[in-house]
This record gives sequence, C-alpha cells and structure tokens, in this order.
Amino acid sequence: MLNLALHVGATKTPEAVLFWFLAPLAVIAALGMLMAKKAVHSALLLAWVMITLAIFYIAQDALFLGIVQIVVYTGAVMMLFLFILMLVGVDSSDSLVENIKGQRPASIAAAIGMGGLMVTLIGRASLGRSAVGLVAANTNGNVQGLAEQLFTKYVWAFEVISALLITAALGAMVLAHSQKVRSRTGQRDLSIARFRGDSLASAAGLPSSGVFARHNAVDVPALLPDGSAAPTSISSVLKARGDMIESAIFELQPKEEEEN
Amino acid sequence: MDISNYLYLSALLFTIGAVGVVVRRNAIVVFMCIELMLNAANLAFVTFSRINGNLDGQVASFFTMVVAACEVVVGLAIIVTIYRSRRSASVDDASLLKR
Repeated sequence: MLNLALHVGATKTPEAVLFWFLAPLAVIAALGMLMAKKAVHSALLLAWVMITLAIFYIAQDALFLGIVQIVVYTGAVMMLFLFILMLVGVDSSDSLVENIKGQRPASIAAAIGMGGLMVTLIGRASLGRSAVGLVAANTNGNVQGLAEQLFTKYVWAFEVISALLITAALGAMVLAHSQKVRSRTGQRDLSIARFRGDSLASAAGLPSSGVFARHNAVDVPALLPDGSAAPTSISSVLKARGDMIESAIFELQPKEEEEN
Repeated sequence: MDISNYLYLSALLFTIGAVGVVVRRNAIVVFMCIELMLNAANLAFVTFSRINGNLDGQVASFFTMVVAACEVVVGLAIIVTIYRSRRSASVDDASLLKR
C-alpha cells in the first residue's frame, strides 16, 4: 500500500453502494442550496443534505446521532428556519449585483484553494494503522456507550453546555422582547378620539365593505347614498398591499335625463 | 470503498458552506450555510470516531449539535430584531458604520 495515503480500511459493499448513491446527491443538493435564488428552496435542499448525513451517521454505527440529527436538525432547526423565513420575507430574493467588485470570483477561488488544501491533506495524512470500527465500543449499545462517556468523562462539558442552552434561551427571549413606546389605547381613549375629534363623520363607525355595493367581496367599496364609492369602507391592510380593486368602476352613474 | 471518502465528502460540504457564507447576501441563507459547515464537521467527527474505535468523536458531535441549536436560536432572534428595525434581512443593508 502507499506509504502516505490514509489507509484506514475498506467498508463492505452495501455501504459503498449507499455512499456512492447518496454522497453525489448530497453534494448536488449543497451546491443547489448555494445557488438557489429563493431562500425557501435553499432551506429545503439543506434539509435534504441533513437527512443524507443522518443516513451516513447510521451507516457508520452512530445510531443515536443519526436519530438526533433527524429530530433536531431537520425537525427543529429547519422548521425554525422556515418559520423565520415566512416571518421575515419569503419573497425577498437576493440581488445578483456585487457590492464589492470581484468579490464572488475571489471568494470562489479562495474556496477552491481551501477545499484543495483540505482534500490533499486528507489524502496525504497517515494514521499508521487500519480503522478499528465501533463494534467493540458499541457492545452495550450505542446509546448506553454514549451515556457512559457523557456522564463520566465529559460531565463537566455537559454541565457547561446546559448553562449555554439556558443562556441562549434567555438571550432569545431578551432579543424578541419589544418594549411598548405608548400605553395601550383602551375603549375610553377610542371613544374620546371618535367624538371629540375634528369631525363627527366617522362617529357611528366606518361603513363596512360591500354595503349597497355591486359585489359583496371585502375588496369592493361600499356605496354611499349618492352612489359614490366610500373608500374608507375597505381595510387599510388591503390598500397597503395593493389588493384593492379600483373603486371608480363600482360607482353608480347618474341616470341620464334624455331617457324621458 | 475507503473510509476516508467520508472525510473527503465532509471537506467538500464544508467548502461549499464556506463559499455560501461569503457569497450569499440574505442573512438567513448565510445562517443555513453555517449550519452546513457545522454538519460537515459533525460527519468528520463521526468518521474519526469510527476510525479510532471509541465514542469520543460522537460525543463531540453531540456537543456540536447543541451549540448549533443555541446558535440558531440566538442568530435568528438577532435577524428578526434587525428586520424589525430596518425592514431588511440582507447583510449588506446593515452598513450604518460605513456612512
């Protein structure tokens, strides 16, 4: 065997088939994640990469980590990502204009350099012996073996990481908390604003949409007694979104006198 | 198949994630690329655990998952806070110090 290559032993055929089937798919999905214009597509492709990695973990005798990968990453983390995506702007796609000139080619060249360095490093590294495998370490079961390590050798790291989790939860709560600038307007304040305001036009409440209109959809304005449309009858949210139909076509035209 | 193929795959995924962090502008996609890098490191940990025949690598991978979960929670909270004040999730828009 080559004196420099990392000769760590070969796997059995089924695992090789699994690897050569799933590894290209994982790389393609990762590249797709990189190039997808919409963030939602990136999230779905990343979920696929994570599932592939979970299968690899299970194939490598890391049963517990494989299940945790699916439960924590594709279950919790990716759902959190999608939730925030829906919250923060699902339609905001990346602009393709470079802000720093030549940043993209430079970063891709640097990445090829880094990747080449890592690949050649792995190719030239030598362990001096063949892979041991986890059969001996997993004799009592993978979960039991991990628990033994976690609560004896790594118990201090385990405690520290619990403190980290609590700190992260607190930090998220502090960041998500927003202080109210004004006090909440109650019924009394609303009543005062309605009757002591400049005009009493809306004292009886705003007209609701579809009243005496030609359609009863929420985006069609109500008609006033003189036949003109009442734009205040439509929710301001619809107006802001631009979902409102032009109200002029719904106005009643005065009958022409020539008919008599 | 040689076991080190897993390490090559891990290096490849890590590189793709690093490119994404540098190239993409949407803060959420940048975060997803960081997740990909952490996952690639986890794959290397699991493979090393198998090569060495003990479970230390798997424990390290477990800790990485916990840290990644913390990072996602705090990072997404920061993104939502920035979005609330600036109405944008692009990392280029937060350039107040430049002007």
